[in-house]
Amino acid sequence: MDWVFLLDTLHQLLEGVPLTLELAACSIGAGALLALALALLRQSGVAPVAWFVRGYVFAFRGSPLLVQLFLIYYGLSQFPEIRHSFLWVFLRQPFWCAILALTLNTAAYGSEVIRGGLQAVPPGQIEAARACGMSGFLLFRRIILPVALRQALPAYGNEIIIMVKTTSLASIVTLMEVTGIAARLISETFRAFEVFTCAGAIYLVLNFLIARGVGLVEYRLSSHLRPAQS
Amino acid sequence: MSSYFALIGFGPTGWGLQLLQASLMTLAVACAGFLFGLAFGAIGAWAKLSGSRIARAASDAYTTVLRGVPDLLVIYLFYFGGSAVITGLGRWLGEEGFIGLNSFLVGALAVGIVSGAYQTEALRGAYRMIPRGELEAARAVGMGRALMFHRIVIPQVLRFALPSMGNIWQAVLKESALISVTGLVELLRETHLAAGATRQPFTFYMTGAVIYLVLTTLSGVLFQGAERRTTRSVRLPPVAMR
Repeated sequence: MDWVFLLDTLHQLLEGVPLTLELAACSIGAGALLALALALLRQSGVAPVAWFVRGYVFAFRGSPLLVQLFLIYYGLSQFPEIRHSFLWVFLRQPFWCAILALTLNTAAYGSEVIRGGLQAVPPGQIEAARACGMSGFLLFRRIILPVALRQALPAYGNEIIIMVKTTSLASIVTLMEVTGIAARLISETFRAFEVFTCAGAIYLVLNFLIARGVGLVEYRLSSHLRPAQS
Repeated sequence: MSSYFALIGFGPTGWGLQLLQASLMTLAVACAGFLFGLAFGAIGAWAKLSGSRIARAASDAYTTVLRGVPDLLVIYLFYFGGSAVITGLGRWLGEEGFIGLNSFLVGALAVGIVSGAYQTEALRGAYRMIPRGELEAARAVGMGRALMFHRIVIPQVLRFALPSMGNIWQAVLKESALISVTGLVELLRETHLAAGATRQPFTFYMTGAVIYLVLTTLSGVLFQGAERRTTRSVRLPPVAMR
């Protein structure tokens, strides 16, 4: 074991962690909001809107994220209208393209998770709320949303972990996050196994912490399900 | 529109033939990866179910690591790591210089070892769903281990695991796009080449995305058919009756 090399590698790889987390946090945050919007539109009862959401989910879940990323990063430059618009300031940068692709992709998966949560809200609770005189946004904010999100949280935790792993694709469009640095180190040193071990350990630690964090939130949100403490 | 069809058609200026070949390559590498995964998954599930503590720990480590690490990293490990090993071996045998590996085999193995971690869990869960009484009954009528495995275990494991396997197949098919980083000319690589050559990136990436959608949809239909076929004997009553 070449400890000096391992430590040096780990040190270099850790410099990519902020970018990995930034990509993950931005896309998961924006993706969750978009996912909620999509899930609500799917439930809206307006047929064309629901079909649009179905098509969106189908397209983004059925094709590889890498194709979606290339479509945004390389593909959009085909249109002079986009190249000359203000959007180009963002779309010519790999960082924003990666964020956009990751957000659109996770929103498709997330909307299905949240839809499952919305469907799992017991109708009795909605009836009870209506009987108390709640309706519209108040009903949604007080009853439907909290219950749905609580139901959806375990599955959404998986989605978050998948997204942290998926940010590695950003390295293909030149972003130097953990996997990007790992690829560079491997091609410089040809010591694939050592570099893989260090990079893999970083991702495992990140995902372990996230899983624990989600578990903690879940625990906090389910106090009503535990027997009262004597 | 007609220029679009000239571009992706089978004419002299069209990329149709290349895209078709690349789609077949994607299917081939995904199939190979899926089969490797099935083999790794069978070994992993057997290890988890065996009484041996060491085998179980090894299998647990396998599924934890491979499910917690980006697939792209695993592909890099196999591609560069495998080449380094072979080059080292070659140097030992007196061969000079860097030896690249067959990117099809490397890609299929990398995708296989990742999907194998998911297959392990799918197969293990399916084995647990076999009613214990059936295994006892098989033993009681005098079946040996191999016969019981062949007649009782495998058919039911396949039936119970089929829905998860369908999901894993879809993941493998999409993951195969990552193998393009090793230079294997599969669908994504070919669209990349075509996009560069024609300077129409959007057109070609969109076409590539649509071909992927067709592949995932068609194979999804196949898996649903297989599911219907394997559950003939346990058809559930209509939802309204439950």
